[in-house]
Amino acid sequence: MIELRDVKKVFNQGRGNELWAVRGVTLDLEPRQVTVFKGPSGSGKTTLLSMIGALSRPTSGRISLDGTLLSNLPERFMTQVRRSTFGFVFQRFNLIRGLTVLENVMLPAYPLAPDYGDLRHRAHALLTQFGMEAKASDKVEWLSGGEAQRAAICRALINGPRILIADEPTANLDSARSRELVGLLGELQDLGKTVLVASHDPLVFESARVSRVVELRDGLLAEDA
Amino acid sequence: MREFLRRQRYLIDYSLSALARRPGKHLALLLVYTLVVFLLASVMLFTQSLRREAALVLAQSPEIILQRQMAGRHDLMPTEYLDRIGRIRGVSAKYGRLWGYFYDPAARANYTLMVPPPGSPEYREPAPGEIVIGAGIARTRGLDVGDYLSLRSARGEPFAFRVAALLPHSTELVSTDLMLLGAGDFRRFFAFPPDRFTDIVLQVRNPREVRKVAEKLSLALPDTRPILREEILRTYDAVFGWRQGLVFVLMGGMVLAFVIFAWDRAAGLSFDERREIGILKSIGWETADVLRMKFWEGAILSLTAFFLGYLLAYAHVFYLAAALFEPVLKGWAVLYPDFRPIPFVDGLQIATLFFFTVFPYTVATIVPIWRAAVTDPDAVMR
Ligand SMILES: Nc1ncnc2c1ncn2[C@@H]1O[C@H](COP(=O)(O)OP(=O)(O)O)[C@@H](O)[C@H]1O
Ligand SMILES: [Mg+2]
Repeated sequence: MIELRDVKKVFNQGRGNELWAVRGVTLDLEPRQVTVFKGPSGSGKTTLLSMIGALSRPTSGRISLDGTLLSNLPERFMTQVRRSTFGFVFQRFNLIRGLTVLENVMLPAYPLAPDYGDLRHRAHALLTQFGMEAKASDKVEWLSGGEAQRAAICRALINGPRILIADEPTANLDSARSRELVGLLGELQDLGKTVLVASHDPLVFESARVSRVVELRDGLLAEDA
Repeated sequence: MREFLRRQRYLIDYSLSALARRPGKHLALLLVYTLVVFLLASVMLFTQSLRREAALVLAQSPEIILQRQMAGRHDLMPTEYLDRIGRIRGVSAKYGRLWGYFYDPAARANYTLMVPPPGSPEYREPAPGEIVIGAGIARTRGLDVGDYLSLRSARGEPFAFRVAALLPHSTELVSTDLMLLGAGDFRRFFAFPPDRFTDIVLQVRNPREVRKVAEKLSLALPDTRPILREEILRTYDAVFGWRQGLVFVLMGGMVLAFVIFAWDRAAGLSFDERREIGILKSIGWETADVLRMKFWEGAILSLTAFFLGYLLAYAHVFYLAAALFEPVLKGWAVLYPDFRPIPFVDGLQIATLFFFTVFPYTVATIVPIWRAAVTDPDAVMR
């Protein structure tokens, strides 16, 4: 269970270009569901997700995860929580060029220093699960958009996170690949993962696999705006 | 502990692949770095060899050389002064020396002609008509034992000397232009006055008595000037001294730090590298992990450069006879000595060089990386 209480985020505070990207969001998110945050560009979806995923801190308000307060942990602990709890999939895939698919998938585990054989085994299992085994030793820059996004999902899952956060995962995919991706997110839910997606793509938020849609507008929940 | 080592292995693994992924930048950096280490190490190894060599040679030279002064200039020494010195306490031996310079137009070089002093441990006086020559003379005139060297004396008379032996290679730095000959030949060749020496040398066993002896000499023979070996040694030390070496290395280190810092600054962290750091952080790497990984990257690069540079310098100084320094060395003796220093490895020297090359580089590179690594990882979501 993720709880947000009056969460706010301001950029460039006190300067001329001060901007309140999130202006007070209170929300409970159920585990093992696919929740989509929808809303026009600039409505604060990415900012909100990055706070939930412990990539950044709210300016004020509180975020807690199963009763543990996330929002004022020191950086080290924030990273530990992020590493063990969240997996991220980004709009631009954010794979590291020059490395193979397999290396990219294993990368989040390096600082945890698991046994190398185990790690490889886990990575291969994930790649097989997402139909990417044949590409394991290809360089990531040779992948198509759909393949890159699947590689990114494998990478997001390597440390066994409970929650997967995907920011505009279909923005660089055609409709067929987008539908496929929504299907994959649904499969993750079946595996017991909590899935949080930001998207303004109807293919995503109108999908039957989505459990809940939260609409944002100008940094507020649409129902509060 | 095992986990610690395993983590380092993962990080090193990643660093190596990161180095390989940007071969252009890293090869260029490695090249510059290696070159600077090479130059610094060459200078260090070379000056230290010179010092060792010079110290070896000087260790055998006499404690006091007595020169006669005439109008403030070095003048020939009357032979009778040797007797006038008389007995001075502490002086174990004294004798007059015959030596001088000769310009050989055929080789366009100056030779040092010398009569080996009586009782000299290294050189015996050649028989009349015979000479012993240094390697430089032998080389330029193409001479070997048994050949004849013909010279035209200052007065225009021709002389021919038979080469009886060559001087040993080990002292070549100072003996390369040396020609030893008998006293009779020397006096005839230069038309040297029979009642004169070039100078007088005195051997003093106890180093603490040297100054006392010198004072007595100045009193007894007011128109002479004693030159002490310790003064010469001090002059040498001023030239090659450790202190100066250290200053040199310090300066070199600064230059190195500057060059690499400037270079790294100019190239900076590329957009790609910053993005990569952001991605690593967003997928769960701590700032410290990123810094450790980059530390390994720098360490691998600078250690490689250090060892390459040092090995190249070692080969350059000890196997190629410091060929790059030939122009500098040429002023040392008129005939360029084929100076082959004896190889040595000095731990302190390596440590100094290491500190002044690897350390500034590490500091210079870690700062921009640290700045990129502490930024919030949410930047990659945009
Ligand atoms: N790092 C930042 N600095 C300044 N403004 C930002 C920053 N990040 C986001 N913003 C602004 O905050 C607002 C919300 O952005 P974002 O959360 O990315 O919206 P969305 O993902 O819904 O498009 C936008 O107006 C954006 O320009
Ligand atoms: Mg966004």
